Amino acid sequence: MSKKGGIDWLTVLLFLLLVAFGWVNIYSASLNETAQGFFDLSQIYGRQGLFIVLSTLLIIFILALEAKFYERFASVIYLASLLSLLGLFVFGKTISGATSWYAFGGFSIQPSEFAKAATALALAKFLSDTQTDIKRIKHQLGAFLIIALPALIIIPQPDPGSALVYAAFFFPLYREGLSVAYLVIGLALVSTFVLTLLFGSPWVIGGSIFLALLILFFNRKKKKKQIGRYILFIVLTSIFSLSVNYIFNSVFEQRHRDRFNIVLGKEVDSQGIGYNTNQSKIAIGSGGWTGKGWTQGTQTKGNFVPEQHTDYIFSTVGEEWGFAGSAAIVFLFVALTLRILFLAERQKSQFSRVYGYSLAGILFIHFLINIGMVIGIFPTVGIPLPFFSYGGSGLWGFTILLFIFVKLDSNRKNYQF
Amino acid sequence: MRRVLPYILIILTGFIFLGRLLYLQVFDDSFELLSQSNAIKIEYDYPQRGYIFDRNGKLLVSNQPSYDIMAIPREVKPFDTLEFAKLLSVTPKQLGEQLDKAKIYSPRLPSVIVPQLTKSEYAYLQEKMRKYKGFYIQKRSSRDYQVEMAANVLGYISEANQGEINDNAYYKAGDLIGRQGVEKQYEEILRGVKGVKYIQKDRFNREIGPYKNGVYDTLPQKGKDITLTLDAKLQAYGERLMQNKHGGIVAIEPTSGEILSLVTAPTYDPSLLVGRKRSRNFTKLWYDTINKPLIDRSLQAMYPPGSPFKALTGLIALQEKVISTKERISCHMGFSYGRSARMGCHSHPVPLSMTPALAYSCNTYFAKTYRKIIEKYDSAPEGVNAWHDHLESFGLGNFLGYDLPIGQPGRIPDGDYYDRWYPGNRWTATYTLSNGIGQGEIATTPIQLANMTAAIANRGWYYTPHILKEIEGDPLKNSKFTEKKMTTIDAENFEPIIEGMHDVYNYGTARSLQIPGVEICGKTGTAENYIKIDGEKVQLTDHSIFVAFAPKDNPEIAIAVFVENGRWGHRYGGRIASLMIEKYLKEEITRTDLETWILNHSLEEEYAKPYTGEPFKINQ
Repeated sequence: MSKKGGIDWLTVLLFLLLVAFGWVNIYSASLNETAQGFFDLSQIYGRQGLFIVLSTLLIIFILALEAKFYERFASVIYLASLLSLLGLFVFGKTISGATSWYAFGGFSIQPSEFAKAATALALAKFLSDTQTDIKRIKHQLGAFLIIALPALIIIPQPDPGSALVYAAFFFPLYREGLSVAYLVIGLALVSTFVLTLLFGSPWVIGGSIFLALLILFFNRKKKKKQIGRYILFIVLTSIFSLSVNYIFNSVFEQRHRDRFNIVLGKEVDSQGIGYNTNQSKIAIGSGGWTGKGWTQGTQTKGNFVPEQHTDYIFSTVGEEWGFAGSAAIVFLFVALTLRILFLAERQKSQFSRVYGYSLAGILFIHFLINIGMVIGIFPTVGIPLPFFSYGGSGLWGFTILLFIFVKLDSNRKNYQF
Repeated sequence: MRRVLPYILIILTGFIFLGRLLYLQVFDDSFELLSQSNAIKIEYDYPQRGYIFDRNGKLLVSNQPSYDIMAIPREVKPFDTLEFAKLLSVTPKQLGEQLDKAKIYSPRLPSVIVPQLTKSEYAYLQEKMRKYKGFYIQKRSSRDYQVEMAANVLGYISEANQGEINDNAYYKAGDLIGRQGVEKQYEEILRGVKGVKYIQKDRFNREIGPYKNGVYDTLPQKGKDITLTLDAKLQAYGERLMQNKHGGIVAIEPTSGEILSLVTAPTYDPSLLVGRKRSRNFTKLWYDTINKPLIDRSLQAMYPPGSPFKALTGLIALQEKVISTKERISCHMGFSYGRSARMGCHSHPVPLSMTPALAYSCNTYFAKTYRKIIEKYDSAPEGVNAWHDHLESFGLGNFLGYDLPIGQPGRIPDGDYYDRWYPGNRWTATYTLSNGIGQGEIATTPIQLANMTAAIANRGWYYTPHILKEIEGDPLKNSKFTEKKMTTIDAENFEPIIEGMHDVYNYGTARSLQIPGVEICGKTGTAENYIKIDGEKVQLTDHSIFVAFAPKDNPEIAIAVFVENGRWGHRYGGRIASLMIEKYLKEEITRTDLETWILNHSLEEEYAKPYTGEPFKINQ
């Protein structure tokens, strides 16, 4: 109570490295002949520089507030965030097809980037309530509701990528004792989904029957056979597989189908829908061990990769810094996420721990989907690379998310039960 | 376990990403190539080809700009075919075919659509080109011939073919490459090095500036000018004398091995093979199977040399010491050997020693002398081998090694050669007796004869004949051409032979062809020849052969003349050799009647004989 725990400087260092290296790459990706110096605000890199400077003010502000503030006002922040998302339906500004922005003068704000932090706070608050028991269905539904509300508002903007990020909250739920069955069922659903798309329903149903028979064969010495369970497994798999088939072919639009087909390797169309992925792979693949050098990437200079300063910024890293640079980024993200998990575990307060896990989950899922997309092993889902991609809202959203946790962590020894 | 799972998940993802990156960036290099073809455009800047001068500094070949219409098929947008075809003066169908061909070759590499437009055509087109996306004009340098002669020596340039492009990375589709003559032989010196510009493109295929600020760009290097050993005046005169005749003239400066003239007839104007009319003209020349203007007869015509060879038989006999210069041999219009074999001769004073025997060209003398050479050795094969080795030292029987890309080895038989013909050691000197007088199994080319004559003029050595004199003013340094080749004959043995060749003009077979004030040496020759008509071997009128050099004691020119079906040595060959030497040494022709005779005498009728389908008579 008497002494304060300090700020975790390792986390801050990793943050600074990512932001700095991110700016260096945005500079290269957005460099053009009209550029006038590093701080030219008419240029993308110049604006990103300004966002970075402003985010330090944000950090000072976050660290200056009482740690207790975040726990106490979690619900208020969450509700405000929901309102800001709902307000988009009335006041929203549409940028490249998605009504996800509020326009203030020259700048636009994307509330969904801030809603992640709000949801993390709300979930932490809910789970740390002494009356909450995650093992009870009622409370599970409560937690799911907190997570699903912002996601459901974001999906029709439409911004399914940002909504997908809310899957990250499985991290804290799992940590706090949610049954592994959810995970198993989730994975089973995903694999059935993918296999159905790859091979079609008949094979998947046939495969499930074969799998059931195989397990039955190994368990043949058991007295209690529970044949009913096997039949249930086959029936459920078949229903799911058939409905995936139906949804994929009848509910999805062609562009959604295309995205899946490209990643699953069923279609090669390097000029049309596959253009992004193809160009991104060319850019990264041409990097070699050490890359072509900063601002020397031919693909980057030629603007072959669309959205290169935002979602595809990693392809610039791959081209200009080669395997060495890309591996460093992968390392930085893995290190930061692991560090946060480690810090979360040492929290005395459940609130801080849940919040830490939420943060780690969000970072991880962004890392997984963004880099996975850029290197062509995930479907094209438009979400940014944290701290790295161009964009004020994204940068500030992640900065807030991270530094609330840094503040909570620095305060862990003052925590009172 | 519950707490460890997230760590495992994160670390596993990290490793999967690293593996994927390693594969994309390091192991699979197909992306790197894609990246280059995607983002970088290569532009070439073609240098001027080197000029070609004659030995006196007269400009023979210079350059003129020419312009190729190129296209990159995948960048071609729909356009007004009719109008464009009209601009290029081709039919829309031809234009379409060329574009299809280019597409098949490569959609993203440039191909030539219409080659070698002239300056005026280019000026007209230049303004309209931007209307046709995907097309551009590539400036090149094509040849501008200042003379209408020596096509066989100069050669020509034309578009590199697919094989050459595959074999040599320097050449790209549409590039010009030297063919034949010095253009081919000295291609790398003449062509220079083209400059390269790498240009960064963006995804709309717009050029956005030099790639890496041009660090990989290079400037074109101009081709080097070369000076040939050729004497343009002599060459032109030789080609004039050879009008209406088939054959070749080779003139060499004996003291240096420099080729003064290399005439082949019939020939063609080298400027026929420049520009858009090149391919039509080339086809015409290629299919002229009667005149065969693309064959260089001075280098490629391979025949028995006939009587000039007697000089070598004499030299070898003296070197082998099988006869003295005093020894006389009688001749009764020939002589008989073996049961029914007889070698004929013509009427001349008898008996003769070596010098007059050469002057009168006595067959008997040299056949018998040849027999003595062979029979000096224990067996005929050994004798023939010794004889063969002497001849080889004169550059006979194999490629001479001059610096032009075509030629023939000729043939000097050795012991093995006759062993194959007459297995089991059952042949003797008399089987090969015709060799002694330059017939039988011997074959030589005109340039070999000229070189042999130079070696005699030098009394026992020669430089390998060559056509290149200087590169940008630097004398030729190739040791192949600057090192003396010694023959196996001692210098003193040459005197009686040279006297004999001198007497050819004094009282022998060419006594009417003396050049006033010049001590000239020479030797006539006649070669029987045959062709196949409908599978039947038919004899044609003999070829006229003549070798000569002058002046007798400090020789400045050695020459070999070969006129197809010219009947006998002195009739055409001798006259032409005499005029050529006078032209070279004195620059003025005093014997205008002789010149007029040659210019007015055509052999076209003689050449037409085998193609008439009628029976014909020869040697009249």
